[in-house]
Amino acid sequence: MYPSRFRYEAPQSLDHAINLLHEGAGEAKVLAGGQSLIPLLKLRFAAPELLVDINNISGLDYHRFEADGTMRVGALCRHAALERSSILASRAPTMAAAAPLIADPIVRNRGTLVGSLCHADPQGDWASVVTALGGHVVALGPDGRRAIPITEFVSGPFQNVLAIDEIAVEAVIPAPKGNAAGGYLKLERRVGDFATVGVAVAIDTSGNQVTRAGIALTGVGGTTIEAAGAGQALVGRPLTADTIERAANLAAEAAKPRTDHRGSAEYKRHIVHTFVTRILNRVTETADKAA
Amino acid sequence: MSQALDEIKIGGLGASRKRVEDNRFLRGKGNYVDDIVLPGMLHMEILRSPLAHARIRSVDASKAWDIPGVRLVLTGEMMATRNLAWMPTLSYDTQAVLATDKVRFQGQEVACVIADDPYIAKDACEAIVVDYEPLPVIVNPTQAMAEGAPLIRDDKENQHDNVVYDWEVGDKAGTDAAFARADRVSSLELHYPRSHPSPLECCGSIADFDRSTSKLTVYMTTQAPHIIRAAVSMVAELPEHMIRIVSPDLGGGFGNKVPVYPGYVASILASILLERPVKWIEDKSGNLISTGFGRDVYLQGELALRNDGKILAVRMHTDADHGAFFSDAQPSKFKIGLMHSAFACYDIPYAHLTARGMYTNKAPGGVAYRCSLRVTEAMYFQERMVQAAADDLGIDQAEFRRLNFVRDDDFPHRTPFGFLTDSGQYGKCLDVGLQAVGYENFLKQKEEAKKRGRLLGIGISTMTEPLGAGNSREYDILGIKMFDSAELRVHMSGKAILRTGAKTQGQGHETTWAQIVSHELGIPAEDIVVEEGDTDTAPFGMGTYASRSTPVAGAAVAMVSRKIRAKARKLAAHLLEVSEEDVEWELGRFYVRSARDRGVTIQECAMAAYSNMPDGMEPGLENNAYYDPPNLTWPFACYIVTVEVDPQTGVWDVLNVVAVDDCGVRINPMIVEGQIMGGLTEAYAMASMQFITFDAEGNCVGSNYMDYLLPTAWETPGFELHEVVTPCPHHPIGAKGVGECATVGGPAAFVNAVMDALKGTGVRNIDMPLLADRVYEALTLRHDVSGAPPVKTDDA
Ligand SMILES: Cc1cc2nc3c(=O)[nH]c(=O)nc-3n(C[C@H](O)[C@H](O)[C@H](O)COP(=O)(O)OP(=O)(O)OC[C@H]3O[C@@H](n4cnc5c(N)ncnc54)[C@H](O)[C@@H]3O)c2cc1C
Repeated sequence: MYPSRFRYEAPQSLDHAINLLHEGAGEAKVLAGGQSLIPLLKLRFAAPELLVDINNISGLDYHRFEADGTMRVGALCRHAALERSSILASRAPTMAAAAPLIADPIVRNRGTLVGSLCHADPQGDWASVVTALGGHVVALGPDGRRAIPITEFVSGPFQNVLAIDEIAVEAVIPAPKGNAAGGYLKLERRVGDFATVGVAVAIDTSGNQVTRAGIALTGVGGTTIEAAGAGQALVGRPLTADTIERAANLAAEAAKPRTDHRGSAEYKRHIVHTFVTRILNRVTETADKAA
Repeated sequence: MSQALDEIKIGGLGASRKRVEDNRFLRGKGNYVDDIVLPGMLHMEILRSPLAHARIRSVDASKAWDIPGVRLVLTGEMMATRNLAWMPTLSYDTQAVLATDKVRFQGQEVACVIADDPYIAKDACEAIVVDYEPLPVIVNPTQAMAEGAPLIRDDKENQHDNVVYDWEVGDKAGTDAAFARADRVSSLELHYPRSHPSPLECCGSIADFDRSTSKLTVYMTTQAPHIIRAAVSMVAELPEHMIRIVSPDLGGGFGNKVPVYPGYVASILASILLERPVKWIEDKSGNLISTGFGRDVYLQGELALRNDGKILAVRMHTDADHGAFFSDAQPSKFKIGLMHSAFACYDIPYAHLTARGMYTNKAPGGVAYRCSLRVTEAMYFQERMVQAAADDLGIDQAEFRRLNFVRDDDFPHRTPFGFLTDSGQYGKCLDVGLQAVGYENFLKQKEEAKKRGRLLGIGISTMTEPLGAGNSREYDILGIKMFDSAELRVHMSGKAILRTGAKTQGQGHETTWAQIVSHELGIPAEDIVVEEGDTDTAPFGMGTYASRSTPVAGAAVAMVSRKIRAKARKLAAHLLEVSEEDVEWELGRFYVRSARDRGVTIQECAMAAYSNMPDGMEPGLENNAYYDPPNLTWPFACYIVTVEVDPQTGVWDVLNVVAVDDCGVRINPMIVEGQIMGGLTEAYAMASMQFITFDAEGNCVGSNYMDYLLPTAWETPGFELHEVVTPCPHHPIGAKGVGECATVGGPAAFVNAVMDALKGTGVRNIDMPLLADRVYEALTLRHDVSGAPPVKTDDA
């Protein structure tokens, strides 16, 4: 690959990294897993003057649950670590379902969840998952830390609200209100393909009532789509064929797909409907089995 | 003493010997063009057109020249002053090297920068300012034929439309009469979408012109080094003996590395001008958007049928999209390759094919992508038409094939298009396949599943295809006859070096050729080195593509080995002090007929050739052979696929793939199986995802591996392989070509399986690739989904 010329720095602390970004005055880019940035450099779609490689900063590769059930994913936690995580498998079903569907195993070894959120690709899977879970991003800059809800963090296709000298240090998923359930389904043309349609459903249940519900969609709009109405339609109710159908309809309505070589808008909307239904049916089946 | 050699142990015919080339490939020690570094070497980058059709108003390279480290900027205008702006293609057309008047496809070569390193060259390409005047764009044959369509090839005198050729073959009157007699006509319109061979290694060259010797050496990615030498000699007006083409290790070819590309020519000119080695290495997008593609043919097909299931005649019309220049690599005589090999395995009295080729604003170079020259399209069309006809008649698809197969006792058989098939056991192959897949049982399962709303389907594809061009009477490229060659030198210790006119690119020639020598001479395969690809050392040959290596070069290897054996026999007689007539041969050894224990090994004969030859005998033990095959070879294959279609999403999963290949005698069964599995993977890819398409502006959708989908190990199904062996009657060791069979015959099996699952819905056809959205559309709207997957937009 023959990118344009750039300066490369690999600081060992967040402070140093932030200083470098500050000096870069908007012409600097953070390099995390490189799985989105390197292709852009290769194609010369991006030509930053400075790359600030954060991979030498220690202590950022964690993912863990706090005592209160809050989950934190550090900026250098790779997709592969989430895919293999046993705590995710037992406590965060939506994330656990999504992790093995991101890209291919090679990309998963390098790419990061936080990097994916920063990249804000409308076809990125993690943004939908974190949206469905009601998560936020923690940014660190010269003036300290701030928490940015994911729905505000992504400001458009390939755009986020970070200041030029801020680094996203972690993503945070709030503790579930009850039992966490849900899933992620993705229609792809082959392994490693971006989603034609991706659907993230995260619901918390208590007894047979849904206490919280988030549904978010990948690939069917200019940005990640939060189907807030669809989620709301489930809250305070049990999962039944009727409520599921209603949520699926509302999610399909919330989608803003475009017709392209991956399929017609109508088809993609239909897939949203099918996937919401399938995920929620599976949740009820699992609950029935457990009961 | 005289223990007979075990042929399998010495790595002879039939040994599943591990590939010797893998030793270096798996260790990362291969030697590809890009691995070669010459002293003083410069680097070339190509500036490509962003537009599909535009007039060039001006090219301003002054800013590029100003960049430190830039040594040369080549533009079309500069090429023109040296008469190099255009070059001849392998199909008697011309192709722009660097555009002068117009650009005719997105990705066309406009200028080249030669600089100290590739970064500088790339920076400088970006500094070149080209002023384009956009012109209306044509992206398919229908647009090309339309009234008032813009003329793409206005550079050619006497070219007043976008038609490349109108061609026909077969018996029109007989076919028409048979259709008039038919009980029923089954018709189908199909498209075989454009795909790209996409070898892992892209194209590239290092041209090294040495003024002091006047010799030009070009290291390059070519499947046919000798043809390239002839072409370079023509284009660059250099004497042939002063040109050396070296094709080192190739990272795949699949037909993509047969043509002459502008990058090669520009690097050669640059080296001549600068008197320094110039390296050009194409990037992946450059390879995908500008180099030889495969397929892109539309068919209107009809079968004349009798109610009892007999096919009376076939009628085909093809419209081929050749892109901006007609640069197909194919035998001169045939305009649409061997499309007329269609239906060769069926006994059909009459056939007629009309073919039309069209220029469009797309990349040129319909290469034989793992295919014996349009045979892939021919067999796909054939097997889709056969399935549709069986359905139309309400006859079981396996039974319908059996009814129409050429029978085992009917060889040699003249096909209605004039080919001569010579051997096969078609019915047996089908039986083996049906048994393996559990045909009857699956049909029951399918009915059961249907009751529960599940859609299962089974697809069959059976075909014989012509592999191994020539014979020289009918097959030539630019007038050069399609024979091939081998040269064998046996050293005094009985070790040997073999060179051929073919060029391996992953097929394992270094392994299999040695096995043929081993079979003929009893020299252990590990004692034989195989070398190909250097025109200064290899005998003249036509290279490797169209599954021709084993049928032609492989035959030459057997023949040269036999010449060596004939001389060794004389040496043996001399050593054994008997007359030649009294000498008998067994693997690796001559012995006295009357005294089996008295013998000499081939190694002892080799030593004698250098140290103890009889009076009057020429010393040494080496020879060569040029082989002109009497006919093509005709392997047969039966592929059967079962699938389940998800009616809610259109996603389909492969349940089972059974392949029965009869490629005659197998030299190295493991390599043959590898070839079949690779071919089936490509067949699955073609059927399910792999295609290049263009939007209305001629932008190539598929210029990178995120958009041009190649299957990975994750989704590729497993394959169950079976064999039937009908030796080729004319090949010295009975082998037939096999490299492409599964790519050629496979796609129809996958598509037929999905179509079978949709049987009863009124859907007759979904064109490849069968992406989920296309299957869903067909299923829910109950209509055919045809043509190249359009780049739909909301605005359209
Ligand atoms: C072949 C391939 C297939 C893929 N398929 C999928 C897929 O199916 N689904 C999917 O979701 N993704 C897919 N991806 C993208 C992949 O998930 C990326 O890893 C991810 O989008 C970016 O994470 P990264 O760590 O690699 O970020 P990088 O590439 O390093 O950075 C991406 C962008 O985010 C910025 N950035 C990164 N980290 C930070 C930070 N901590 N603070 C501030 N800015 C930051 C960078 O400056 C850059 O602009 C694919 C990628 C490839 C190459």
